[in-house]
Amino acid sequence: MTDKLSTTEALISASIQPESLAALIWRRFKRHRFAFTSAIILLLMVILVLAAPLSGYSATEQNPKNGYEKPTAQHWFGTDELGRDTFTRILYGGQVSLAVGIFSTVFSLIVGILVGALSGYYGGWVDNVLMRITDTFLILPVVFVLILFSALLRDLPGSADYRNSVWIVIIAISAFAWMWPARIARGSFLVLREREFVSASRALGASDARLIFLRILPNSLGPLLVSATLQMAYAIITESGLSYLGFGVQPPTPSWGNILESAQIHVYRAPWLAVFPGLMIFITVMAINFIGDGLRDAFDPYVVHEK
Amino acid sequence: MITYITRRILQSIPIMFMLSMFLFGIVRLMPGGPLAQAERNPNVTKEQLAAQRTRLGLDQPLPIQYVKWLKAFVLEGDWGYSIKFRRPVADMISERLPATLMLFGIGFLITLLIAIPIGVYSAIKPYSFFDNLVTTLSFAGQSVPVYWLGLLLIIVFYLLIKNPFSTGPLFPAGGMYTVGKEGNVLDLIWHLVLPIVAVSAGWVAWYSRFLRSSMRDVLNEDYMRTARAKGLPIRLVHFRHGLRNALLPLVTMMALDLPSVFGGAVFIETIFSWPGMGRLFWDAARGRDYPVLLAVVMIEAALILIFNLLADILYGFLDPRIRYD
Repeated sequence: MTDKLSTTEALISASIQPESLAALIWRRFKRHRFAFTSAIILLLMVILVLAAPLSGYSATEQNPKNGYEKPTAQHWFGTDELGRDTFTRILYGGQVSLAVGIFSTVFSLIVGILVGALSGYYGGWVDNVLMRITDTFLILPVVFVLILFSALLRDLPGSADYRNSVWIVIIAISAFAWMWPARIARGSFLVLREREFVSASRALGASDARLIFLRILPNSLGPLLVSATLQMAYAIITESGLSYLGFGVQPPTPSWGNILESAQIHVYRAPWLAVFPGLMIFITVMAINFIGDGLRDAFDPYVVHEK
Repeated sequence: MITYITRRILQSIPIMFMLSMFLFGIVRLMPGGPLAQAERNPNVTKEQLAAQRTRLGLDQPLPIQYVKWLKAFVLEGDWGYSIKFRRPVADMISERLPATLMLFGIGFLITLLIAIPIGVYSAIKPYSFFDNLVTTLSFAGQSVPVYWLGLLLIIVFYLLIKNPFSTGPLFPAGGMYTVGKEGNVLDLIWHLVLPIVAVSAGWVAWYSRFLRSSMRDVLNEDYMRTARAKGLPIRLVHFRHGLRNALLPLVTMMALDLPSVFGGAVFIETIFSWPGMGRLFWDAARGRDYPVLLAVVMIEAALILIFNLLADILYGFLDPRIRYD
């Protein structure tokens, strides 16, 4: 009897146990098959890229006698013009490309959230000034400005060093990518600042900073996470594009973009060299886009999944 | 309407001012500046550098330099002088702009011809096999880097597949005309095929998706039910009543996308050696030809601003519900 009662109690308490937001989002996210598969693919991609030292080849050691080898059991993706193993170079390049993607996303989100939060929270002239600046940045032909900007940064004393080129790209991409998260943050701050929980918090004497970062920001997490995925896809494509044009990550540091650039020069002799680096960019970006789509659905209470 | 247009034009002036100051500032304030490469060159003497600085007006205070530059740029149409080619930048841009406009204009028309039917059909039959297929493909289309797609097209249609009627390739790998056939329209079309496929793939993916969601919104409107209820043929309901309204948001969308369209030009024109603005910019950037770079970015930003304005005005004509008072 007591046993039965405690089981029932346990059942009741389990059923009314509130589900945490993270658990709810994860449950809804898993239902989006493409997004869930993409998350696994992206995870595998990260593991693969981090395992680069295990490939048994060096990314930089040259061996010109074995140049232009077609894909074989030894060299899965063939070798490039200098006899370097393309698979290994793509893994190391992936470390750079993914790092640029992650850092640019974080930086542009920090700037964007700050601008958007101030704009949406304070409104008035603050909003006016910040949004005019945002509008100005939005009409820039981004790729052109990025090339101009990284050409200028590269002429700074000390930056000719190829090792700094990764940071130059991260700074350049972030400097011209904060506007989209800024607009999204502004939109959700505009709505949320009028809500009762914010007024209640303010009535209790919470400071502006507390309201912005601890009350409103956590509640705009959904749209900002979706925007982070868009930023990351954009950053990876842009990094590769810039490196491909010679204004991004500089060799000998490999990145997916500059491997593709050097592959293009030799495309008539070794077309397979151009296939793989682009394929990696394509798979990664598509996975990120699907994850973004899944997150959007997971955070949207109106989306009902048809099984 | 007139007041609205005037107000919008007046609003864009400060934006253009800020933009020009910003661009001018980053080009001039960098420690290197336009003479960075000359400074590093051991063969250039200090006297030559100083003379060059005076000649370019770089020894004057920055605000004065800015005002002079802006006055020449806007009022006199003097967009600077290319350091590398020793020619007026305005001439170089007016030579290159038509090629870019042609490539992207045709690409745009073809995009619409493909994207509109796909978007409409997906919206009418949501979650059908066709719609799901298109959804997946459009994710691929939006994720494929345009430079890689261009390279793949060259590998497949230039290197691998040969023209069955001659020994040459199926499509050329780049350029606008075959040498000796300049001005030949058929030759031009032949050269346009691959770049246009590369340009349109991403756009088709993006706009068909956009049109699908905007068409789905329209299908739920009351006037659509009315149109069906009064017995109009379903095709007419969809195209005359539905599509016309669903296309409206697309106008704004396209104007907002213009910056990325210009961005795509750099990649496409570089890969396919297309003699347009993108290629001009890339060459100038490699030679640190700052007057060209500054002028091209300024002109493109102005074009983007103008197209945004036009889209807003056009929207007002297309949608009579919008009032600009």
